[in-house]
Amino acid sequence: MIGRPASTRRLQFSFRAQQGICFLLLLCFGFSVAALAQSGGQLRFCLRTEPKTLDPLLVDDEASLSIRYLTGGVLLRANRHTQDLEPELAESWRVSPDGKKITFKLRHDLHFSDGTPFSADDVAFTIKRLTDPALHSPVGDEFRAAGNAVTAQVIAPDQVSVTFPGPIVGIDRIFDELVLVSAHSTRKEAAVLGPFMIAEYKAGSSVLLERNPYYWKKDPQGRRLPYLDSIHIDIQPNRDVEMLRFKRGELDLINVLDTDYFDRLASSAPQLVHDAGPSLDSDFLWFNQVVTAPIPDYKRGWFRSTNFRRAVSEALNRGDLARIVYNGHAQPAVGPVSPSNKFWFNSNLKPEPYNPQAALDRLKADGFHLQNGVLLDSGGHPVEFSIVTNAGSKPRERMAVLIQEDLGKVGIKVNLVTLDFPSLIERISQKFNYEAAILGFRNVDIDPNGQMNIWMSSAENHAWNPQQKSPETVWEAEIDKLMRAQAETSDAKKRKQSFDRVQQIVFDEAPFIYLVNLNSLSAVSTSVAGANPVILHPQTFWNAERLILTGTATAKR
Amino acid sequence: MKPARYLACVVVVAVCAVSLSANWLAPAGSAKQFREVPDSPPSRTHLLGTDELGRDRFARVLYGTRISLLLAPAAAMVSTALAALIGGLAGYLGGIWLKLARAFTDLFLSLPWLFLLITVRALMPLNVSPLVSVLITFLILGLLGWAASARVLSTSAHALRNSDFVLQARASGLAGPRLFFIHVLPNLKPVLYAQFWISIPVFILSEANLGILGLGVAEPLPSWGSLLRELEGLLSFREEPWRLVPLFLLILVMTSFQLLLSNEEVTA
Repeated sequence: MIGRPASTRRLQFSFRAQQGICFLLLLCFGFSVAALAQSGGQLRFCLRTEPKTLDPLLVDDEASLSIRYLTGGVLLRANRHTQDLEPELAESWRVSPDGKKITFKLRHDLHFSDGTPFSADDVAFTIKRLTDPALHSPVGDEFRAAGNAVTAQVIAPDQVSVTFPGPIVGIDRIFDELVLVSAHSTRKEAAVLGPFMIAEYKAGSSVLLERNPYYWKKDPQGRRLPYLDSIHIDIQPNRDVEMLRFKRGELDLINVLDTDYFDRLASSAPQLVHDAGPSLDSDFLWFNQVVTAPIPDYKRGWFRSTNFRRAVSEALNRGDLARIVYNGHAQPAVGPVSPSNKFWFNSNLKPEPYNPQAALDRLKADGFHLQNGVLLDSGGHPVEFSIVTNAGSKPRERMAVLIQEDLGKVGIKVNLVTLDFPSLIERISQKFNYEAAILGFRNVDIDPNGQMNIWMSSAENHAWNPQQKSPETVWEAEIDKLMRAQAETSDAKKRKQSFDRVQQIVFDEAPFIYLVNLNSLSAVSTSVAGANPVILHPQTFWNAERLILTGTATAKR
Repeated sequence: MKPARYLACVVVVAVCAVSLSANWLAPAGSAKQFREVPDSPPSRTHLLGTDELGRDRFARVLYGTRISLLLAPAAAMVSTALAALIGGLAGYLGGIWLKLARAFTDLFLSLPWLFLLITVRALMPLNVSPLVSVLITFLILGLLGWAASARVLSTSAHALRNSDFVLQARASGLAGPRLFFIHVLPNLKPVLYAQFWISIPVFILSEANLGILGLGVAEPLPSWGSLLRELEGLLSFREEPWRLVPLFLLILVMTSFQLLLSNEEVTA
């Protein structure tokens, strides 16, 4: 047997030793990653306003909504990424054919954050409390849409049914907002079923959430979620301060970012910013069509003319609005539904192309004509109107200035007025003392039923001509009919057909001239693993239970 | 004239002259949108770059300066005239009139002026041209900004009322408006001038404050207020220093106005 030279053996030994060391290092690294994942750490971010309430049934503002999302347990959850409804505390559910009743099968062995067991009694208790008119719950309003007599019947400790007096559209979706409270816990609504629980609340300063030790979800490896130990939420209205703190590493994420900040951050640290695409939010322009509004009759005639509104729509360069005002982080809007609303968007519609000549042709059909660069109506009145918007909203003010120039090209003179918000609301919703306005909707609901209060001619938010006793135009009557039709059936296909037609009418008649859909912009530190920002609220921490802070972030604090 | 006052005078005159020649220095105008180059840095075509909407920042600074520097003195004149009428007359008449005027002035001074301005601005008609909106804004400032000056003037007029030369004039048979216009008002001139000069920077700053809130001069007309609004969100001075030009100009002009006042006027 020929032995190997000693030097080779040493080399081999040395090689094996290196392999062993590498293996040990890898093992240690593996352990440390697992340890990191399990050790959690504290996630930090800011809310821009103080939460108005910590009672999950009274939530009506975005800050409270964020706290509720992180702490509350729901029977069903709309997945913010797929937009599909998924079972949470309910294992399964069944909707009756008439759309009036929904029955849930609950998961077993679940506990509130204080250890109180969870059962069907808690669901019945929550429904009873929610639908109590004395509570004035905004969530309860959705449950009482078909009448006050909403009842919950406990069939078994793990089975409960909720019955409504009439059919409720998207009956299962409304349970995404119903956070369950305990019927038996002495801590009342402080006992929660969500991944985190409120540990400390300093009014005007911060909210500290800690891991719920009884949270039921586990990851595929069987580890109990959430990974994080706690979440520290500062209340910080100043966006500059929020940005500075994020840059210094004191915050881990910014949930909603303005375009200016987004671009500035992207130029220095592109890995931190996320553009999730068009959000559900949109900005639009509309004309005052109220018959009793204190505006001259000839102007009301313009505003009530479909040709005039469509011509204005065609004269607007939406591409420039998106590119200049939002630095490209917006898309020309088509209508009331954002293209990111995967199911409900009418994909046959395309944004109105910028075409000043087509606008002029359309205006000519209504008797308008150009004279020395000034557009005159058939009565010889120069076309001039004012656009109001809320002071302090830079994007809207900027859009208004671009619109002013665009309309100037077809001879329309526009005067811009910015008003403080209360004055603006008073003018557009009570006195109707305005000519045109630019505002926007911040949509949180992807279901069109949430827009009933806009499209029904009798609705208060039917901004161009609210609270009509009966529809004043044929197309408004048709919209009323279609909205009712979609609300009276639970057949998704029929509902989609109805709402597609509503979108088509809105496009053709242009009561709202949709301008842009804003993109959902956010920033997430590289120390946060598992983040996947989406367009729906809460954009960055919708999967908070699965977020992991890496060692660098934990070590820094 | 002290060198500092001389220098301040030169600065104010120079700034006024340059702003008045805006039509020649920036022929493109302040409203023209160069949409292909929004938010661009300084270049040969745009000396101070362009703003977020592609408008030439140099032109906007010139036109904005013109608006602020022309209309703030006009508003100061309105407020000083009102102050002279209310404060001067009440001080001269004395007695119950003085008490009433002081009570009214104190009440006016105790009002939160910013909210008052916002409220009055909201009540104005909407469909007015930008130029009219500018006039309205400064007229409101002038009509609401008289109270502090009136208080000073009432005290001065009351002191003059009891002075020896007024007593002598009265003893000579002079009374009523004649006495006021011949002896009292001319002797109030230093105080009036001082109040006028002091009011100008106050109104410029007030318009700037309204502009920062988006409630000042209507777009597309520029003013120092709307120009200063551009500084919102500027996290570092080094990023885009040319955006600070309106701020420096405001500080320069405000300082110059303060230096223009003589010691007597300051003490008055």
